Amino acid sequence: MEGTNVRLISGRTAVQGQNLDSKLTEKYFDEVARCDMNGSDMEKLGVAKDDTVKVTTAYGAVVVKAKQDDGNPEGMVFIPMGPWCNAVVSGDTHGAGMPSFKGVDARVEKTAEAVLPVKELMRTYMG
Amino acid sequence: MVEVTDVVCSLCGCVCDNIVVEVEDNKVVKVKRGACSVGKSKLLGHERIKSPAIRENGELKECSYDEAIKKAAEILYKSRRPLLYGWSSTVCEADREGVELAEDIGGVVDNTASVCHGPSVLAIQDVGLPGCTLGQIKNRADLIIYWGSNPAQAHANHMKRYSYVSKGYWTSEGKKGKKLIVVDVRKTMTAKMADVFVQVKQGKDFQVFSAIRTMLRGHEDVVPDEVGGVPKEQLLEVASMMKEAKFGMIFFGMGVTHTGARHNNIVNAIQTTRAGHLYGKWTIMPMRGHYNVTGFNQVCCWQTGFPYSVDLSRGYPWYNPGETSSTDLLARGDCDAAMIIASDPGAHFPGAALRHLAKIPTIQIDPFANPTTEFADVVIPAAISGIESAGGVYRMDNVPLRLRKIIETDYYIPDEEIVKRIHAEVRALRGKEGE
Repeated sequence: MEGTNVRLISGRTAVQGQNLDSKLTEKYFDEVARCDMNGSDMEKLGVAKDDTVKVTTAYGAVVVKAKQDDGNPEGMVFIPMGPWCNAVVSGDTHGAGMPSFKGVDARVEKTAEAVLPVKELMRTYMG
Repeated sequence: MVEVTDVVCSLCGCVCDNIVVEVEDNKVVKVKRGACSVGKSKLLGHERIKSPAIRENGELKECSYDEAIKKAAEILYKSRRPLLYGWSSTVCEADREGVELAEDIGGVVDNTASVCHGPSVLAIQDVGLPGCTLGQIKNRADLIIYWGSNPAQAHANHMKRYSYVSKGYWTSEGKKGKKLIVVDVRKTMTAKMADVFVQVKQGKDFQVFSAIRTMLRGHEDVVPDEVGGVPKEQLLEVASMMKEAKFGMIFFGMGVTHTGARHNNIVNAIQTTRAGHLYGKWTIMPMRGHYNVTGFNQVCCWQTGFPYSVDLSRGYPWYNPGETSSTDLLARGDCDAAMIIASDPGAHFPGAALRHLAKIPTIQIDPFANPTTEFADVVIPAAISGIESAGGVYRMDNVPLRLRKIIETDYYIPDEEIVKRIHAEVRALRGKEGE
């Protein structure tokens, strides 16, 4: 499957905030395990809303659902802050204490793989 | 049904203190006024951790508070260099106990500023901060800039209570008498409200601050036609609006702390604010996230001399973010146990840090189950500060407020007491060994 190179950022959303204390729920999953991108990027990838995409960086890969948000410039994608985004951001703080949660080079491609539920995603860090 | 007024919100750094709720059968059943959608969700409640628990053969098994607290104390007592992380969604009284515990057991104590406004703290230590309270902005500001911050989603009451939309003594017309500039890499909900939206190329905030600062200093001739994706004409427009403002305010968020030059972005933001002083009054403030992230930094400063990422394993406080910050500590595998309180690194730390957190004995103190619970070996449920227990917090502008207790709990214990009891057990273990 052909993919496209993008720059990944993360951040808060209102629904993510409303579910800060209920992160094990479907509402949180639906809001946070997703990737917002410009319509032209979605077209390039051949994906429609709720199709799954795989986001791969030098630090890992994660599967999330696609969503159109033309507020993002072409070539920049947004994943709400949370476990799915953190699976692919950098832990390198460049000696400043702060990881690189924004501005991570990534490749996005269409995939048939399913999005991992939060508990399964956490399990990937064990053992 | 009882109406409770002046409820103080324990969600974000706005700490709204004008909320009215209805309480029936010891439960908040309605939020009548004051709270945003995020605060309202918190007040109405979510599913709780039902009981303390200890992990045995991979499964969490319910136990008593005493058993969980003893087990937590054993983990900390055996550890050579534990990380005590979180502290931002609880009250200053709990934070005080936490720093004392960290000092006694030789741990590293750090709060969520580490992955949030830590770079802002570093920048403020470097060059200071021309700041003010949110009340000053409400009553005086005529130009508001949100830079790398999306309050419409993340601090939903901020504009209404304190800035662009609020009506104050000299700002009685509300937004009619004010201008709003939003600087961001994407057109956010906040950007859609702006008089001027400046769309910066991702990671180029430092350059754009520099260009505006240069223009304010009177050297626009050296600024190229385009900086960080922004045309010079628009930069001139922003500089001109800044020059004309009587009282200008820059609020900045994770858009500048999480990216590129990190604390250097903030140093430049502060110096740009200072350049505004050639023309009028200018102030700047970080949009702090958790309701008491600021309070922990205050408490930690009183007790150790430093605001976050403080290593107490040497017998004296050692502060060196990059070395003693949680992400670095975990990614290096440099701590052998963790106590996580009032925060959720499982959801909010990069994978590189979580791989180590998953390996080491971990204690979780929180009212709610979350991704961190998956790694926890001991889970201790806490009362919800600001709903089931009272205490002091610091709003994002460093104004102290007291959270109210609005309902009773006959089961859940406040964070302060949990930390005190763990500390007492650690002392008891030490006493036994000394015998």
